[in-house]
Amino acid sequence: MLELKNISKAFNHQPVLQDINVTIADHQTLAIVGPSGAGKTTLLRIIAGLTPADGGEFIWQGQPTTPQRLRKDGVIGVVFQGFELFPNMTVLKNITLAPTLQGVPEAEAQKRAQDLLVQLDLPDQAEAYPFSLSGGQKQRIAIARALALNPQILLYDEPTSALDPNLRHSVAKLVNRFKADGMTQVVVTHDMDFAQEVADTTFTVSKLGGDAQ
Amino acid sequence: MNYVLQILPALLAGLKMTLSVFFLTLIGSIPLGMLLSVGLMHQAKSWLGKLGNWLLTAYVWLFRGTPLLLQLIFVFYGLPLIGIVFDRFNAAIFAFILNYAAYFAEIFRGGFGAVEVGQFEAATVLNLTRWQTLRYVVIPQVLKIVLPSMGNEVINLVKDSSLVYVIGLGDLLRAGNVATSRDVTLIPLVLVGVIYLLMTAVLTWAQKKVEKSFSYYR
Repeated sequence: MLELKNISKAFNHQPVLQDINVTIADHQTLAIVGPSGAGKTTLLRIIAGLTPADGGEFIWQGQPTTPQRLRKDGVIGVVFQGFELFPNMTVLKNITLAPTLQGVPEAEAQKRAQDLLVQLDLPDQAEAYPFSLSGGQKQRIAIARALALNPQILLYDEPTSALDPNLRHSVAKLVNRFKADGMTQVVVTHDMDFAQEVADTTFTVSKLGGDAQ
Repeated sequence: MNYVLQILPALLAGLKMTLSVFFLTLIGSIPLGMLLSVGLMHQAKSWLGKLGNWLLTAYVWLFRGTPLLLQLIFVFYGLPLIGIVFDRFNAAIFAFILNYAAYFAEIFRGGFGAVEVGQFEAATVLNLTRWQTLRYVVIPQVLKIVLPSMGNEVINLVKDSSLVYVIGLGDLLRAGNVATSRDVTLIPLVLVGVIYLLMTAVLTWAQKKVEKSFSYYR
């Protein structure tokens, strides 16, 4: 369980997040929703350790921690809105790069990547380059890349916004499948229907502090 | 034809000098330019880092802002006044490397700037170190971005190498000039022009080959 307590963030003295209190419960999916500019993505970036919070506490499994620490410990995986696959690498290399650099033997990393590709219905794309993939395929590769490091919490930034609207349901199915497998997930989205389809808890971000339902 | 064969050895000796300046400059200035660009992009917070940034910016301004010919003269004739003495060839290589590294640094800086921030962030969340991010993610993308501009500079370098005459080195153009003055004919200079064109044709072909080798991704 990851608890965020009194998280605040301002940009150029303009408060974006104030006293955010939210709990990311194990094996559940939390949807972070809210209007445009409310700070949903900022909150996700703070959890991912990409943007430092100005104040607040992070409690992981009962112990105080920092997002940077969580990232270094491999707790957090991130699927970016724009996927951010490495264009100069094949799909397989995108997935195996980080594990192999962190000491996983190449053969083992490749086996895990192939398994993930099968799970995500992309078994024939291992040698393809990202430019040749559709948006939906890129997203699944980005998910596989994050999962290859066995994170305990998977964060998604607007997973439906860069996709064809009719793919929304398949993304929801995927998120729900991971939840059934016991994955803890956080989904930032402006799409309320999608949030309802996947979330156990919805957290609405507003500048007044946020509200969990 | 006999005349061409007669002057060819002198031209080839000059060509050897031109090629030496060309290759040694590339070997020295490309890695130096890349290092400088990393330094130029580093957002220093300490006063020492800021001083470093300022010095690098001043260096690039100095070497891009003055003629290479002037730099050659200063290195060979000026530096001995403060006790730094180079022989002619080393002076030429030193000046060329410093000059071209300044241009390459700016080209690489543009290349690094063109890599999307998201790529750095993706590498961060995957726990890649700074060096691993550069080595596996950023530099391969930067090389693809900068290839056309690098190609231009490399072709310029072939022609700029003729400036070494100013410190008394005998390159291809000087060999042609000597023969033209001695024999009162333009044939040596025509030959020199043909040799430069052949060199740039080879380089253009090589550039296309290298660009093609990077075309496996977009």
